[in-house]
Amino acid sequence: MSTEPEKLAVDMHGITKAWPGVVANDHVDFSVRAGEIHALVGENGAGKSTLMNILYGLVKSDSGEIIVNGKPARINGPRDAIALGIGMVHQHFMLIPVFTVGENIMLGREPVAGPGFYDYTRARKDIDELTKKYGLRLDPDARTGDLPVGLQQRAEIVKVLYRGANLLVLDEPTGVLTPQETVELFGILRDLLKAGKTIIFISHKLKEVLEISDRITVMRRGKVVGHLTTKETNEQEIATMMVGRAVLLRVDKKPAKPGAVAFRVENLTANSDRSVQALRGISFELRQGEILGIAGVEGNGQSELVEVLAGTRRATGGHVLLGDRDVTAANAREERDAGVGHIPEDRRGVGLVLNYSIADNLILGRERASAFSWHGLLLRLDAIRNWAKRLVKEFDIRTPSIETPARALSGGNQQKIIVAREMGTRPRVLLAAQPTRGVDIGAIEFIHRRLVAERDEGTAVLLVSAELDEIRSLSDRIAVMYEGRIVSVEPADTDEARLGLLMTGGGTGAKTGAA
Amino acid sequence: MTFLGDIAHVLATADLWRLTLEAAALLLLPALGGVISERSGVVNIAMEGMMLTGAFFSVVADLAWHNPWAAALVGIVAGGLMALIHAVVSIRFRADQIVSGIAINIFAAGLTVFLVNRLYGLADVGHVGQANLLPYINIPLLDQIPFLGRVLFQQNVVVYAALILLVIVHLVLFRTRLGLRIRAVGEHPQAADTAGINVYVIRYGAVITSGLLSGLAGAFLAIGISNTFVPNMTDGRGYIALAAVIFGKWTPFGAFVACLIFGLGQAIYDNNSIIHVSQYLLSMLPYVLTLVVLAGVVGRSIPPAADGIPYAPENE
Repeated sequence: MSTEPEKLAVDMHGITKAWPGVVANDHVDFSVRAGEIHALVGENGAGKSTLMNILYGLVKSDSGEIIVNGKPARINGPRDAIALGIGMVHQHFMLIPVFTVGENIMLGREPVAGPGFYDYTRARKDIDELTKKYGLRLDPDARTGDLPVGLQQRAEIVKVLYRGANLLVLDEPTGVLTPQETVELFGILRDLLKAGKTIIFISHKLKEVLEISDRITVMRRGKVVGHLTTKETNEQEIATMMVGRAVLLRVDKKPAKPGAVAFRVENLTANSDRSVQALRGISFELRQGEILGIAGVEGNGQSELVEVLAGTRRATGGHVLLGDRDVTAANAREERDAGVGHIPEDRRGVGLVLNYSIADNLILGRERASAFSWHGLLLRLDAIRNWAKRLVKEFDIRTPSIETPARALSGGNQQKIIVAREMGTRPRVLLAAQPTRGVDIGAIEFIHRRLVAERDEGTAVLLVSAELDEIRSLSDRIAVMYEGRIVSVEPADTDEARLGLLMTGGGTGAKTGAA
Repeated sequence: MTFLGDIAHVLATADLWRLTLEAAALLLLPALGGVISERSGVVNIAMEGMMLTGAFFSVVADLAWHNPWAAALVGIVAGGLMALIHAVVSIRFRADQIVSGIAINIFAAGLTVFLVNRLYGLADVGHVGQANLLPYINIPLLDQIPFLGRVLFQQNVVVYAALILLVIVHLVLFRTRLGLRIRAVGEHPQAADTAGINVYVIRYGAVITSGLLSGLAGAFLAIGISNTFVPNMTDGRGYIALAAVIFGKWTPFGAFVACLIFGLGQAIYDNNSIIHVSQYLLSMLPYVLTLVVLAGVVGRSIPPAADGIPYAPENE
């Protein structure tokens, strides 16, 4: 290794890891130079997380060797990885919501005084020093669960630094962040680089990868399919490598031909689960044959809005009209029967019964329909099977059979089940909440195409998404939500900076243009 | 005299409050064990069985050796061994913790009755001599304080121990590194694991500790408050302790408050000879109090986030 021109922080050779039925890592070679930001990209299930979990000692590889800073390393658990200066910021934060930020940062390496007493004063002082050094503002006494995700992530980063990490692995760090928080995170990463740290950045958002990384390793189905230098590549090349075929990154769509008003929402108010007012008077019209995008930082009432419209949350005031019919107080079944399709944001919790078969999931909510049941008493199993087979084919759900439990499928295919179910019954209105969250590029492309096709056939589509790119490429109009209100309705070609400003409560006065 | 008048009369006696504290201490020990176990993420409804086992073996040991201290130790270890079963089943084999707990309670009831028959035949277990019981100790001078002296300072040695343990468990859980780790494991074991904490070691330790404390309670019951072993003598106290854990929102002092309420019910029943109400009605009091308190007074209390969920690392 000493003959290498650059010093390698990590060098993984021939890593193989098989789970029952899949080879997650198949002779993977992966190396990271000291002092670079190295992006590891690939679709869900490509083996990125497995590889990093092996590096962090959470998963043991079947074979292969790991060299850290030029020395062969045996990593049998996170403790070994931490000792080698490897730190990981997990996709799902490893933070305890009821602990303070300080307690979370210290956990496992707590300063003690006397007979094992946790030393708050020293903990606070150490954290202060660390946060000052890297310019990361953070209150060690705040209750972690009360912080916005951006700050929670910052706590994760400080936690990793506190353990003396020189190599930071960030697993899908921007997935939960707002555009502003992402900008801040990238600033932090660049500062860390200046301080001599090495960073592995796992992502499937290619724009971000191109912006922040020095080099890129691409994985597909457990294998490394390419090593790229960021400066010499582009989005299309990486996407093609990831998916294994040419991918359409931009959605092709004709101008919308909006028809009659399908859905009219007037001055709608509703409360959140915590009985705080979440919707403060929402009004909009949704026409047949258009996609209305709802942009906003998560937690500004979008979830509650969709739930009220889908009939799973009670409105406290205002009206919802479906055509001429008042459906404000309709429950989920009535909404469904009236022709409202709903792709919920919580796929696993609300959209599917994970232990049910794909066929059963494909009729959820429609099981009383005469096509699938005899007077609501007996299921017409043959009809259900045929229906399921047709949808599986039409929506390209990759599954061994229609009897496979939904749990066994990848996130993208699970999402396709829901999309197929909701589109398959030809709704008049389709509520699509975060329809491509956590779904890989191939499935995103597919779902986007279907949403546009649905629009072209005259369905009124309400698209709620935290991804500005998605909103901008699919919507015909964009409504921006902030603190329970629609602060502005913008044309589809509005630039990202203006939307970002509106999403954080600015820009509603005079149209001052880009921030 | 009316019923309420009787109660009022009884409430004014120092003896009632002395008994209340004694009954509360008996509940407090398993409750502290429950708090520790559940804070680490292992639901423990087996305190009943652990107490019963501790009670039985302490009597056996005391009858054999005529030494209450050694006998108490045997009771403690017996409780700990029962807890070890629960730990292995629910941590190592990731079985349902409620089912495991129920199994242990039934097993303990059966085992003790079986052993009584094997060791002592159909005859009584026999009585431990007064000199070989865990002693009641009057704290010099303090025990002379009117009323309070009788309530607080003329108690069994185990009562003092329970109160000291209460403070220790509180400090350990909320002030020490170990406590931080126990709570971390009970809230979010993955987070604890990635922070380099051994989830299994913490959980085994916590569950076994709950058994040791329950075993001590059993010994206190059999060779402190009583002087013999009677089948099923714990009489649901392990379950009441569990209720105290929940009532106390998984905190030691909260559980202690609950134990005092339940202890008061017990103490009133113990005074049934001077209250003119059917003793059978009075005997229901601790249990009725448990139901009322759990249903109404507490409201919703939130257990540790990972309570009852076996931990399986990603690797397996």
